Amino acid sequence: MKVELTVNGKDMTADVEDRTLLVHFLRDVADLTATNIGCDTTSCGACTVLLDGESVKSCTVLAAQADGRAVTTLEGLAGDDGTMHPVQQAFHEEHGLQCGYCTPGMVMAIASLLKENPSPTEAQVRQGLEGNICRCTGYHNIVKAALAAAESSNTGASK
Amino acid sequence: MSILGTRVIRTEDPRLLTSGGVYVDDLREPDLAGAVRATFVRSTIAHALITGIDASAALEAPGVVAVLTVADMTDLPAPPPAPEPSPDDPPSEGPVPLGGVWAEPLLAVDRVRYVGEPVAIVLTDSTYQGEDAAELVSVDYEPLPAVPSIEAALAGDTLLNPDAGTNVCVKGGGDISDDSIFDGCEIIVEGDIVNQRVAALPMEGRATAAVWKDGKLTVWTSTQNAQLSRLILTAVGLPPDAIRVVAPDVGGGFGAKIGVDREQILIAWAAKHTGRAVRWVETRNENLMGMTQGRAQLHHIKLGGDREGHIKAYRLDVVQDSGGYSRMGGFLPMLTNLMAPGVYDIPAVQAAYKAVVTNGTPIAAYRGAGRPEAAATIERVVDWYAAEAGLDPVTVRKLNFIQPEQFPFVTKTGAPYDTGDYEAALDKVLEAAGYDQLRAEQKRRIEAGETKLLGLGLASYVEITAADGAAGETAKVEVHDDGTATVYTGSSAHGQGHHTAYAMIVTQELGIPMEKVEVIHGDTDLIPDGVGTYASRSLQLGGSAVHNAAIEVKDEASKKAAELFEAAEADVELDTDAGVWRIKGDPDKSLSWSQVATAADGGLIVANVRFTADRPTFPFGSQLSVVEVDVETGKVTLLRHVTADDAGPVLNPLLFEGQRHGGIAQGAAQALVEEILYDADGNPLTATLMDYGAITAAELPSFELLTSETPTTVNPLGVKGIGEAGTIGATPAVHNAVIDAVKHLGVRHIDMPTTPERVWTAIQKASAQ
Repeated sequence: MKVELTVNGKDMTADVEDRTLLVHFLRDVADLTATNIGCDTTSCGACTVLLDGESVKSCTVLAAQADGRAVTTLEGLAGDDGTMHPVQQAFHEEHGLQCGYCTPGMVMAIASLLKENPSPTEAQVRQGLEGNICRCTGYHNIVKAALAAAESSNTGASK
Repeated sequence: MSILGTRVIRTEDPRLLTSGGVYVDDLREPDLAGAVRATFVRSTIAHALITGIDASAALEAPGVVAVLTVADMTDLPAPPPAPEPSPDDPPSEGPVPLGGVWAEPLLAVDRVRYVGEPVAIVLTDSTYQGEDAAELVSVDYEPLPAVPSIEAALAGDTLLNPDAGTNVCVKGGGDISDDSIFDGCEIIVEGDIVNQRVAALPMEGRATAAVWKDGKLTVWTSTQNAQLSRLILTAVGLPPDAIRVVAPDVGGGFGAKIGVDREQILIAWAAKHTGRAVRWVETRNENLMGMTQGRAQLHHIKLGGDREGHIKAYRLDVVQDSGGYSRMGGFLPMLTNLMAPGVYDIPAVQAAYKAVVTNGTPIAAYRGAGRPEAAATIERVVDWYAAEAGLDPVTVRKLNFIQPEQFPFVTKTGAPYDTGDYEAALDKVLEAAGYDQLRAEQKRRIEAGETKLLGLGLASYVEITAADGAAGETAKVEVHDDGTATVYTGSSAHGQGHHTAYAMIVTQELGIPMEKVEVIHGDTDLIPDGVGTYASRSLQLGGSAVHNAAIEVKDEASKKAAELFEAAEADVELDTDAGVWRIKGDPDKSLSWSQVATAADGGLIVANVRFTADRPTFPFGSQLSVVEVDVETGKVTLLRHVTADDAGPVLNPLLFEGQRHGGIAQGAAQALVEEILYDADGNPLTATLMDYGAITAAELPSFELLTSETPTTVNPLGVKGIGEAGTIGATPAVHNAVIDAVKHLGVRHIDMPTTPERVWTAIQKASAQ
């Protein structure tokens, strides 16, 4: 079937099998490989992207369901001049990543979380990340990065 | 000013944060264009004979390039004759698979021994086609009774390897029959402690791509050590120099990616056999059945002492579940035996082990590999004994600690501890946590009849790191004529931050700024000789190699600089702050690294080093966990986790803390939620992340870390390993905290994971007595 969607601001049209998952569309058709697959059961969140600005797990969305909609992946998060998004910057400064595999999904999930709740408490961040598994960081610095990103976005200045 | 010890943010991050890492599935190498996808047909039965495989329907399916079974494996050399151990004559205690009757085939031959064992490989043009076609491969099984547990293996009614005549594949350790060591003990605790089977669960599972071209096999694989992988891949019938192994970005390992498994060998073979580029990326379902798992030990313990809290005797009898095939022989329980008495000076210690095969996924290293099991049990048993004696766990620990003046100290099980101050570490966490106030609050809640009670759990640990220090690690440091430096290391990053850490070492020694230092790892064409990353060995061995290589480069450069200055070498010095060479006492004259390197042969100054350590190091620490237990539901909430860890001088606090955070979470996960389960027929019950309770952010607090820095003399950096301290310390600390919350109700022990059901049941049982 034919799908038309916008990926990171770029219009894309492709013929895909009906059963094509959005994550496979992004990785194999759009050749955007930052989005990783970690579980296939919507449990780990490694494949989290934004669909019309809201976070979804792209291993459980068909490419067909994204037809006519806009997808943002990690590759589309930084500014046009390459300036990192506050969440990316905070991950860097707070050592919020180690192996990097869960990172694209974590960053997208937190970007979405902060949009819904710009000043979350630590408990709200932890609850909000329940669907994203990281095996390296013990979440400590991911939570710290999320709170730091909220702080820097709210004060309008990155450190 | 020294860069060492400062919080340098990672050089690895910007790429990972903006375009994402390049893991095996992300590789877009031209040689992999048009690579076929491999899908394994895996056993659906835990224990069965294979009576036939029919691939005809699969071969007709769209996109199928080949279906490979054991019948196709005619182009492989016979496996080298492996020693055929008898349980009473154990093999050497290295982490190597057992051969002979215990040998693990590449593809199942005529019998399968765990659900998920590879039976056939389907090669297709696309991933989806592979899943469809694998369903069409018909395998006839004749089911056999399953051996799903240690108990069933020991009963021996069914044998996995009938020719062996037993399910016990290795026995070792000392004599544990003499009960007189407990004579005169006023208090004795005795019982079974289960250290349950858990998944390593790196977020990237196993993945391999392979190309056979012009007589050379190139294998990209998600591994902790490319060089060891290359050695194992010679099983495809090629000498090492005809194989190139590349570890691209690796999405976590935790011990389960040391070397390669049978699947990766099969992918390499399939590429050579078919002449097609092949790529395999496992699903999580495959990962939870096929990747080696960890722990899986049953301990029978006996500990005796007096009423005042002096421990007199300890016995540890370990049974290791090896799963369907013994990947590591007796290595894991041997380490558990070695570290059995932990931080205590116990006058009499007996330890022994045996390993059995069961119809489960093979067991191998997982963050700590045999040592967390030792710490989990001795720390649990000390609390158990303290509860029986009516003493505070702190009192008992302090009475029995090996004292600072006793080092170097050789334990009764033969572990040569280098240094330690266990009481200082314990005092540090007690003070930081506010132990006395917490005890008062615990008492208050009990007396007030509250239903949410506090539990305080302690663990004082010592661990062995870089146990194979004699194997050492390699480093090559080059300074180029443009003033940049390149480090080639045999250790292999998969999240730890090697690139940042090693660049810091070079900057420290040579004054070349970090942004001009490139670190390269994980490519056997560039680094044929290397050992890899496991056993908390990288910084102490690999980092020391980089350090020594940088010093050799500096010595060589000093000669060149002297020539260029037309001065005596003794009058030349490196200004590491400015990164330039000078003549002492003449601040106006300087030479850049570029100028010095340009003057060297080929415009390059280079040093190759293999650093070896003649003995391991023994980091130590104490951890204190605070939990809340709802006695009405059994639900446990981890409120606080405070640690004092000592792994010598800290090179980069950011990385050091990150390693501890991750380890603590995995340790807490084992104590609280994670467990791989099988039913009575050996069917896995936890083969997806919907069923396996991987710990999440919502179940953990932020951690409170304290550090002390006692250097070792074993290596020039004075450092010890920190990668595994978290799982070693946190598992018993959290576990003890749960039981501490309900010990006044008469509960003495609850096996891990301390799920609400188990805690609730233990409370009901105790209160019924």
